[in-house]
Amino acid sequence: MSAVTHTLMLTARASRSTMRIPVFAGMQIIQPLIWLLLFGQLFKSVVDIPGFAMPGSTYLEFITPGVVMMTAMFGAAWAGSGIVEDSERGVMDYLLASPASRVAIQLSSLVWFSVVAAVQALVVLGVAWLCGARFAGGLPGVLLMLVGVVLLTFVFAAMSNAVALLTRQQEALIGVSQLLTIPLMFLSSAVMDTRLSAGWVATAARFNPFDWAVVAGREVLGSSPDWGLVWGRLGLLAALAVVMTWLATGAFRAYQRSS
Amino acid sequence: MTATNPAIDVAGLTKTYRARHREVRALDGLDLTVGAGTVLGLLGPNGAGKSTTVRILATLSLPDAGAAHVAGYDVVRDAAAVRRSIGYVSQKPVTRSMDTGRENLELAGHLHGLGRRETKARAQRLLDAFGLTESADRLVRTYSGGMARKLDVAVGLVHSPSVLFLDEPTTGLDPEARAELWAELSRLAGDSGMTVLLTTHYLDEADRLADQVVIVDRGRVVTRGTPDELKDQLHGDGITVDLPSVEVASLAAGVAARVAGLSEVGVDGRRLRARAASGAGTLPVLLAALEAEGVPVHAAGLARPSLDDVYLHHTGRTFEAEMAGVAA
Repeated sequence: MSAVTHTLMLTARASRSTMRIPVFAGMQIIQPLIWLLLFGQLFKSVVDIPGFAMPGSTYLEFITPGVVMMTAMFGAAWAGSGIVEDSERGVMDYLLASPASRVAIQLSSLVWFSVVAAVQALVVLGVAWLCGARFAGGLPGVLLMLVGVVLLTFVFAAMSNAVALLTRQQEALIGVSQLLTIPLMFLSSAVMDTRLSAGWVATAARFNPFDWAVVAGREVLGSSPDWGLVWGRLGLLAALAVVMTWLATGAFRAYQRSS
Repeated sequence: MTATNPAIDVAGLTKTYRARHREVRALDGLDLTVGAGTVLGLLGPNGAGKSTTVRILATLSLPDAGAAHVAGYDVVRDAAAVRRSIGYVSQKPVTRSMDTGRENLELAGHLHGLGRRETKARAQRLLDAFGLTESADRLVRTYSGGMARKLDVAVGLVHSPSVLFLDEPTTGLDPEARAELWAELSRLAGDSGMTVLLTTHYLDEADRLADQVVIVDRGRVVTRGTPDELKDQLHGDGITVDLPSVEVASLAAGVAARVAGLSEVGVDGRRLRARAASGAGTLPVLLAALEAEGVPVHAAGLARPSLDDVYLHHTGRTFEAEMAGVAA
């Protein structure tokens, strides 16, 4: 029971640090909109290429789930910076020497980044709708997409936290977010139908957790979701999220051993 | 736990840090006992093993060998029970800078399982005690160094721990803020029956706050006792003579070595140090001898033994030289 209260209290604390810098909170809303409108204009005419997925839909409708998941992944990759900051101060040491449960310390970060990603996702959907995009999946589709957002956030935020606990360096997190997430973004169907890319890209995408989230998100927002594909991809994401969270919580032991 | 059991009991603690190509032995068989309700000052240069000891006792780091009990619990096997019993204030700030003082205190109370009303009341009491009430609802990043450090100590105290660890509580504070914090700490330690382990760079801090002092050097305890016992071990007063140059100082040391009643003659830069059973009787004799040899003297001093002398006596280095080396 105390693990739940601890998680809630530490999540509230994480929310305070974000909300108290309004410029930062604002940037987190504007950033995904830049992606949406920039990519939407840049690749506008790819839907006209013969063989492009989803005939009859616009490119904006195609990339909206891609931008939603991109935003979630890019945001989550920085989760560890909170841990780096806390360990540069004595805050992490204080928490680890207190009765706060390690699971709660880990979960509070994952939960807070999920909340942020869900809000960003809804803003992106809303703006896409205002720009004329329509999503046949309706409310159930949106809710299932948010499940995908949360699972994807857990995977990457837990990885980022694990790296932060093992290295305690902001620079290592730059590595995670630049070297890992950007290639993963392009090795997926987020902005381009992979059937039109080189064959190996489509193969790589099948093993890319980011693409699992994009595929599931796009299916549930569409008019006739392939439910086998949706549950398969969400299941893989959920399994990976559990494994990553477990590893990231275990990283507290390495932190303790190395200090 | 009865009062006769020590609040902290450490035996043969060993810890080696492995950096890429070298090993650093931080603790080399450290033994320590702290009686319940007392304040222990752990004194020593940087790298002596003070912080490593505190980190192990606060369950943040694991020892390679040896055993340590805090409040009766084994720090490795019973870490969760230790964490419920202690307050820990590390060298670095333990508060979040984007939270207010009150939020930091209340979070600490909740994490230690205090109820909402209890937490609010205790947070307010501590804010009052440390003179932080006016700034309680401002973000910690707007606090001065002294205010932030007081808040750190308050956070360590909010759940009334039976053992409090303070790792260099006043390092980096100006003398006024330090004196204020000392006043608070000695009042709190006196009132509560809490056991305090304090590490410090400042000899006067240990002298002022600690019931017992332990001097560590290179991961081992070199001596222990009350501040008065340690000073009494030295038999007699400290004599210092300041000379114009290093060369003259070593010349003066040669003269001093022949003066009856002087012992432990040594040179520390341009300063000659020695001890005498009766300083007031021996200093004029030394000065006369120096004058007879034509050695010019800048200043001379006589002092009751200080913890600095104790430190010099046990480690062969003066505390000031040690600190200057760290700063360089």
